[in-house]
Amino acid sequence: MSYHKAEFLIATVARLLDDPMVRHVAVGAASPIPGAAALLTQAMTNGRLRVSIIHGDANNPFTDGGRELFDAAGQGRIDAFFLGGVQIDGRANINLVGTGTYPQSERRFAGSFGSAHMYFVIPKVILFRPEHTRRVFVEAVDFISAPGISTPDVYRPGGPKALVTELCLMTFHPKIARFRLETIHPGHTLEEILDNTGFEFDIPDDIPTSAEPTQTELTLLRTRISREIAKTYPVFAGQVFGADTAA
Amino acid sequence: MIAIELIDQLAARVADGAHVALPPEYSYVPMALVRALIRRRARNLDVICVPIGGMAVDMLIGAGCVRSVEAAAVSLGESGAAPRFTAAVQERRIIMKDSTCPAVHTALQAAEKGVPFMPLSGLIGSDVLKFRNDWKVVDDPFGQGRGPIALIPAIRPDFALIHSPLADRNGNAWIGKRRELMTLAHAAKETLVTVERITDDDLLGSETTAAGTLSSLYISALTEAPAGAKPLGIPACYKRDNKAINAYARAAQSDDGFDEYLSLNGLRSEANACP
Repeated sequence: MSYHKAEFLIATVARLLDDPMVRHVAVGAASPIPGAAALLTQAMTNGRLRVSIIHGDANNPFTDGGRELFDAAGQGRIDAFFLGGVQIDGRANINLVGTGTYPQSERRFAGSFGSAHMYFVIPKVILFRPEHTRRVFVEAVDFISAPGISTPDVYRPGGPKALVTELCLMTFHPKIARFRLETIHPGHTLEEILDNTGFEFDIPDDIPTSAEPTQTELTLLRTRISREIAKTYPVFAGQVFGADTAA
Repeated sequence: MIAIELIDQLAARVADGAHVALPPEYSYVPMALVRALIRRRARNLDVICVPIGGMAVDMLIGAGCVRSVEAAAVSLGESGAAPRFTAAVQERRIIMKDSTCPAVHTALQAAEKGVPFMPLSGLIGSDVLKFRNDWKVVDDPFGQGRGPIALIPAIRPDFALIHSPLADRNGNAWIGKRRELMTLAHAAKETLVTVERITDDDLLGSETTAAGTLSSLYISALTEAPAGAKPLGIPACYKRDNKAINAYARAAQSDDGFDEYLSLNGLRSEANACP
């Protein structure tokens, strides 16, 4: 069964959301793959998962303005969320601001968005960053938009749990502040991951290959989910699932 | 009664050096008023983006209207990076006060309550906090075992600049579920509103419309500006014009391209054209 690379990533992320602790997942701005993954898990679990997509009006339940997402997260009403980074380091610090010595950034990016709050209060934050290069995965980020770990005195019910890239899936372990390689995506190698990662991580003896999307997942993606995600991300839906899905 | 004025009169109310708040692109951005500010050559504005900036603040920066920006992020969304913002920060032509979305909302909520600050979870260990000398970390004075907590000082802008689909003759403006505009208007000293159209109905006369209506109590002046958020979109009126915004994103990559964009869009006033 052939599939689009984005379909593979959607299925990989979706499995991380199939977790009894995750009852409500929120998806931030400009996140078509996490959004599709959340909708796929919702479909695969017969609607057990509540999905809130902030971008646009489809699947967006919030009626109290921009702050409601953050207020809901601060109260513990959101169990899973996605963050990325211009840079991500081995301690799961994320940088969304820029490279070089802040504030004199060599390359300036958009900014930290809600990360400096969400990373602390949402129990299962999934880092999603397809580009797996030493430019992204650095030894130490140039600016900490949000830290991967905190000292025990800091109120922190949340934090990073996993990292999904175009090469592999890693989990994060806050007590030792290290990532651990879990699975390698089909067609890629440990050597390739080591070559393209600027930080050290734990490597178990046995590293399975990441599971490919199942027929059921692909069928759902290409029917219900493609139509649903097209309401929020028509360009993405057209590129991945074909122009016929674009509403 | 609030004043119903021409858009250039609204722009003239915003003095150089004013502290000005702008809505995010998922809300109602007063683009026509932003263009009027550029035409009148506003200078030294301190802009607070609520909480994310887009094309509006990027254009103001490019046109030399801005002294400082406070924002959780500035981006053109699906059209990519905000080019004038990026260039200005890299070249240190503006002061950037990096924030995070809920800190902006929290600061405005403090202002609308008339209290000097409000606490916010998270932040500790972030460089956002480290570089904000105006934010503080204290131990919870109630000793509830939650450890240290950040305090965000209130933000009370001189002007909130907002767009709205509909206002009534009494100067009430409907904003529906875009309630960050409600908080913003409550927090700001004055709010200037551009509207798609003015209705003879009383928006406070029915529960259905009153619930989503910003009261004229907070509004200093408004003007009718049909298509006033374009090329951005607003719900139920018109969609975001991606083609136009992408064209802006390309033009604004360079100083010359941006200047040409201003000229082509009639944003160079007579004074502006003189050396």
